[in-house]
This record gives sequence, C-alpha cells and structure tokens, in this order.
Amino acid sequence: MFGVMRVINLAHGSIAILAAYVVWSLAEGLEISPFLALLAVMPIMALSGWLLQRAVLERGLRSGQLVPLLSTFGLAVVIDNLLFEKYGADTRSLAPNVGDLAFESWNLTDDIAVGQLAVLTFAVAVLLLGGLHLFLGRTTLGCAIRATTEDPDTAELVGINSRKVYAIAAAIALVTVALAGTFLGMRAAFDPYAGPAQLIFAFEAVVIGGPGSLWGTLWGGIILGVTQNLGSQISPQGFLIAGHVVFLLILTVRLLVNSSDLLRWVGSRLRLSE
Amino acid sequence: MSLLEVRDLDARHGLLQAVRGVSLTIEEGEIFALVGANGAGKTTLLRTIAGAHTPTAGSIRFDGADVSGMRSFKRVQMGIAMVPEGRRLFTGLTVEENLKVAGASCREGAWDMERVLTSFPLLRGCLKRRGGDLSGGQQQATAIGRALMTNPRVLLLDEVSLGLAPIAVDQVYDSLRNVIAGGATIVLVEQELGRALLVATRVACMLEGRIVLDGKTGDFTREQITEAYFGLRRVGSQG
Repeated sequence: MFGVMRVINLAHGSIAILAAYVVWSLAEGLEISPFLALLAVMPIMALSGWLLQRAVLERGLRSGQLVPLLSTFGLAVVIDNLLFEKYGADTRSLAPNVGDLAFESWNLTDDIAVGQLAVLTFAVAVLLLGGLHLFLGRTTLGCAIRATTEDPDTAELVGINSRKVYAIAAAIALVTVALAGTFLGMRAAFDPYAGPAQLIFAFEAVVIGGPGSLWGTLWGGIILGVTQNLGSQISPQGFLIAGHVVFLLILTVRLLVNSSDLLRWVGSRLRLSE
Repeated sequence: MSLLEVRDLDARHGLLQAVRGVSLTIEEGEIFALVGANGAGKTTLLRTIAGAHTPTAGSIRFDGADVSGMRSFKRVQMGIAMVPEGRRLFTGLTVEENLKVAGASCREGAWDMERVLTSFPLLRGCLKRRGGDLSGGQQQATAIGRALMTNPRVLLLDEVSLGLAPIAVDQVYDSLRNVIAGGATIVLVEQELGRALLVATRVACMLEGRIVLDGKTGDFTREQITEAYFGLRRVGSQG
C-alpha cells in the first residue's frame, strides 16, 4: 500500500512488531484470543496511519522525496527502542495464545502435511490482497487513490482532496501491517529489534514481485518463502542466504530485461500453452 | 456581481515573476480568450486561479467569495474547473474511471457521464481504454470531459490545441461548441489566435506577465491583437 503511495516506509517492519506486541499485551493481559485482540488493534492502527501521514509523511513530502524516507527511518529507531524499554530483550510469541492452531496440521497424504496456521495465513494474505485489488479497481475511493498517487496536483484539480486520500491510504496500509505483525507473532517469535529484518523480507518480496503490483507482491512473497525454506533444507544457514540470492538474481534480471517486455513474453507463452 | 474577479495578482516561479499585477473580471456566460506568446504568463495565471499555483500577492474572488487561500479541490467544489496544459490524464485509469473519479465529490449539476459522451462522441468507443493508450484528440476530449464532470461554473482551458493534429483540434473545438451552446463560462488559453477568436466573446492579451489588451472580440481588428501579442506597439512607442 505504501508502494501505491510511493513512499518508502522504513518503519514497516518495526510497526508490524509494534502491532504484534500490542496484540500480545492485550491477549496476555485480558486473556483473550489474539484474533480478538487484533480486531481491537486494527482501528487503532488505522488511526495511527492517518496521524502518521498527516503529521509526519505529508510534512516531509513538502521538502522532497528523501525527508519522508528519513523520517520513517527515525520512526523505526524510536519504535524499536521504545519496545525494548517497555518489554525488554525477552523473545515473545503469540503461539501459546492460539492453542492447538500453532502446531495442528492437515495430513494431505501420509508424507505431506500442511500446518493449519500456515494455510490460514496464506488464505488471509490472498483475501487481503484480493480485497485491496477489488477496492482499488472497483470503488470510487480506490480510483481516487490511484489517481492521486499518479498525479496529486491534477487530482486536486478534479476535486479530490489529495491529503485526505493519502491519509486513508496510510490508514489502510497500517491495518495490513497490523495483520502481518500478528500472523508473524503467531507463527514465530519476535523481539523488539525484529522489525528491520522483517523489513528486508518485505522489500525483497515487493521487488521480486514488481513494485506497485499487489498480486506481484504475493508472488514475490511466495517465491521468497519457498526459496528460503529450500535453502534451509540444504544448510541451516541457507535460509537467509537463499532468499537474498534469489532476490539479487531477480533484481539483476529485472535491471537487464525490461520488466514489461518480460511480462508480455510470459503472458504470450501462457496463452499459447492454454 | 462578476463570476470571477482577479485583482492585482502576482505569481512567481522562484525568482521569475510570471504574472505581474493582473486584474480581470469574468461575467457569467462569457467565452474569454486569453492569448499571448510563450512565457507571457497565461498558464501561470490560469493555474493560480484554479489554485494549483500560490500567488504572492493579490486576490481572487469567485461568486463574491475570496478563494485566494483555498486549496484547489475546494475551488473545484465551488465550481472552478481546469483542464491543465498537456491534458494530464490519469494514465493508469480507464477513460470511464477518469471521468467518474472527477464526478465523485463535486457539485450537483447538468453534467454527467451521458451528457459528456453526447458532447464528446469520440469517447464512446474508448471508455474501457486506459488514459495512456489514447490518441491526443481522445486524451484532450477526456481531459475536458473530466473537468465538465465536476459541473463547473467556470471552465479554465489551457492550450487545448497544443500537440494535436489539426483534425483532432477540429474535433475538440466542435465538441467545445456543444459545451458553449449549453451556456458555459469558459476561460480559454490559446496560442492559435484564429481559433480563439472564432469561439470567444471577449479577448485579452498577455505580454510579459501583464494584460496589455482586454475587450469584446469585435472591438479589435486582428492586427491590433497581433500587435499586442508580440508587443509591437510598445516597442514602437519606446523606439
């Protein structure tokens, strides 16, 4: 979503971890399901997104592209260290709070089993991206968001309040970040400084899939995740390396081959094979 | 009361003062042609009226209300719409979306999708095509249609014939006549004097940021306007 807004948000990972901590606090403190806690956190994150856009990014954008980038970097440092101050260095996880879901799986055959949480995560990701895709493509507000990101000055000239549109986009973006953080927390463990590492994965997924494309991002995430897990099969340290290698490979190919030509080529192949 | 009243307007691009103390009034129903050479300040004046450019001095009143400090989307909602130079379509949106997105948050009025398509029949065939895939004439028609969808009380048109094939210019002007026949108020910036004079009821000429000639179209001969256009008389009187 920030890709849609053409703002590079270096605090993306940190905000996801922040959301995971807030969900964890609610789930532990009130002894409720993390999913319920997430429902409560989502509107708070939407409001934070609105404020972040109006108070920080919008002011930054007036002084050029670099200032919002730097402010999100600063924000990431602030969030990481505030989390450290509040929660300490202990590693947390939401897995204990979701009970059996954390380790239950469905056996497809005797040899292949898929984790229920993994399937749920994937389904939510697909639904979220599909929903966003429909929202951006079909609704008037979605159109206004696309128009504004393309040319904010002209959008204003046809009666669109570009500041409001950006703030709505930022609110939606942070809701998706909250979802991401919560699912990360359920699947794995997190600590206050886990944000930047997640940011790298997010960036790699976006770049592999092609910036500005929602479905591309999903594909990027799948490619990255599968490669990482194949890498860890080869060597325990292969997890990160394999991910980075495939990212660099695809980045190189993208730089060498015009991506739209490539897509057209792939598209024509697919049509031939049908 | 005039519909649009500009008083002592100054506008700058950094150190360059593009508009110098311009005052003009536009009445409801006028077709006002603003002519002048490249760099005379026509586009900046139009953009300042629309709110896309911030003036350094002077005031703009619309329908009696001071709109000088108002953001452009609010001015659109009051009824000032602009077709920017170079058309500036949303290239990733289809023609239909370009039109709809403009009509969404604006004044109620006579203009809707159907009426735009009736006035610009060449758009009917390409509603589902993206703004970036259109010919120049179709793009210009979409841009004007997009502005009309906001139901403007005054329509600011910047360089509608720029970069278009002559036949496309004819089509766009034919369609504009439909719009004018519907009783629109239009401010038209045009470098092509002949075309501007054909449709306009009033003409003003800008030279180096100032208005050097302003009056009913019939009050001037073409030669007088040409002189003002190039600043001949002024140079002559100085020499």
